[in-house]
Amino acid sequence: MQDEPTPTELIKAVADFLRNEIAPAIKGHNAFKLRVAINGLDLVTRQLALEGDSESAEAARLKQLLGIDGALLDLNRALSDKIASGEVDLQTPGLADHLWQTTMDKLAVDQPNYASYKRELGNK
Amino acid sequence: MIEAELGRCVAAWYPGATGVTGAAKLSGGASQETWTFDIVHPSGNVGAILRRAPPGYGASPGRAAGLDAEATLMQLAHDAGLPSPRVMHVLKPEDELGTGFIMQRIEGETIARKILRDEQFAQARPILARQLGGVVAGIHGLPAAKLPKLREMTATKEIADLDREYRSFGRPRPVFELALRWLRERDPGPSREVTLVHGDFRHGNLIIGPDGVRAVLDWELAHFGDPMEDLGWICVNSWRFGEIDKPVGGFGSREDLFAGYEAAGRKADPDRVMFWEVMGTLRWGIMCCGMMQRFRQGPDHSMERAMIGRRSSETEIDLLRLLAPKGK
Repeated sequence: MQDEPTPTELIKAVADFLRNEIAPAIKGHNAFKLRVAINGLDLVTRQLALEGDSESAEAARLKQLLGIDGALLDLNRALSDKIASGEVDLQTPGLADHLWQTTMDKLAVDQPNYASYKRELGNK
Repeated sequence: MIEAELGRCVAAWYPGATGVTGAAKLSGGASQETWTFDIVHPSGNVGAILRRAPPGYGASPGRAAGLDAEATLMQLAHDAGLPSPRVMHVLKPEDELGTGFIMQRIEGETIARKILRDEQFAQARPILARQLGGVVAGIHGLPAAKLPKLREMTATKEIADLDREYRSFGRPRPVFELALRWLRERDPGPSREVTLVHGDFRHGNLIIGPDGVRAVLDWELAHFGDPMEDLGWICVNSWRFGEIDKPVGGFGSREDLFAGYEAAGRKADPDRVMFWEVMGTLRWGIMCCGMMQRFRQGPDHSMERAMIGRRSSETEIDLLRLLAPKGK
């Protein structure tokens, strides 16, 4: 068992340091790059917090949709093949809901401020 | 330094020019660079832009029209009265600056967030969509006989290109599969009318002033194809920068864009524009994945590229909003 602090706590502490202490002192293109860096760290923090639950729910939906079991990557490959061949489409019960839920879970990690995401959260 | 070469170059064709000053690189990948500089002249300095492939980088990659074609197109647009910089000089071997051209620098803003939020553009925003409709109609109407040699694209070819590129990443993305399938099923076939298509008509490539559009830039992706492609591309949500209810660049409506297009004597086809909007959304998503690929494989192992890879999911939600809207 690894010691504490947890990866999440460490990354958050580093991101907060960069945001609060360093960012105000940096100008120009490096200030832009620093913002990108902090966004990257924040993204990792969100992924560490959310990915476990969202991926197990995604796998459960895929098993239901496809009637097979396997690793998440393989299930996504199987679904992609079925969509490409036309075997599964938007008329297939559960497909649209699955794609929506999976995509919303990705946005919650990648870009929770993206306007389309915020709009759809409100539409729930 | 580049100022010495530019100074010699400018002196050869700009009467009275004594040199250049303030040269600064604005952007540049490995094969193409953009520089800003001032031509020093007794009657006042003149702003100019150099767009070039440095010496040793001759051929333009894949889809690029090539710098010679870009210069020709920009000059044709200028001659037709469209907002476009005047081309001042096409580089020659003796300039020792590589290949490319020097154009007039036009003052204004290209950064979308400023154009959409800053007070100084408040008067421009409501008129931009209609203005741009007129501008893009002008581009589509440029005289065919004078146009340079460019690749010809169709919806079918574009779908095949996107499909190939997506599959080359080797990572399954069900939403992209859905979009590819949707596009294939609705592929309208060859366009009845084939025109010059700008190919990248969106924020970043448009110089905007408080008075509206001042210049169209970056003809790198120009080709022959379905004119509706340009109208669809500028409606892609990725270029709305949060103003998602204003489909044209986050500042205007499709209706205004089409009205401007039609006032210039051309006909918009809203269904076809929507088809190209879906294509464009997928295209930007695949481009984001490509950035991630280049980050991983180097040589540009930059954090910015890595983070753009995480923007492909934005196009997935936009594709779902287009193809499988909730509550319908």
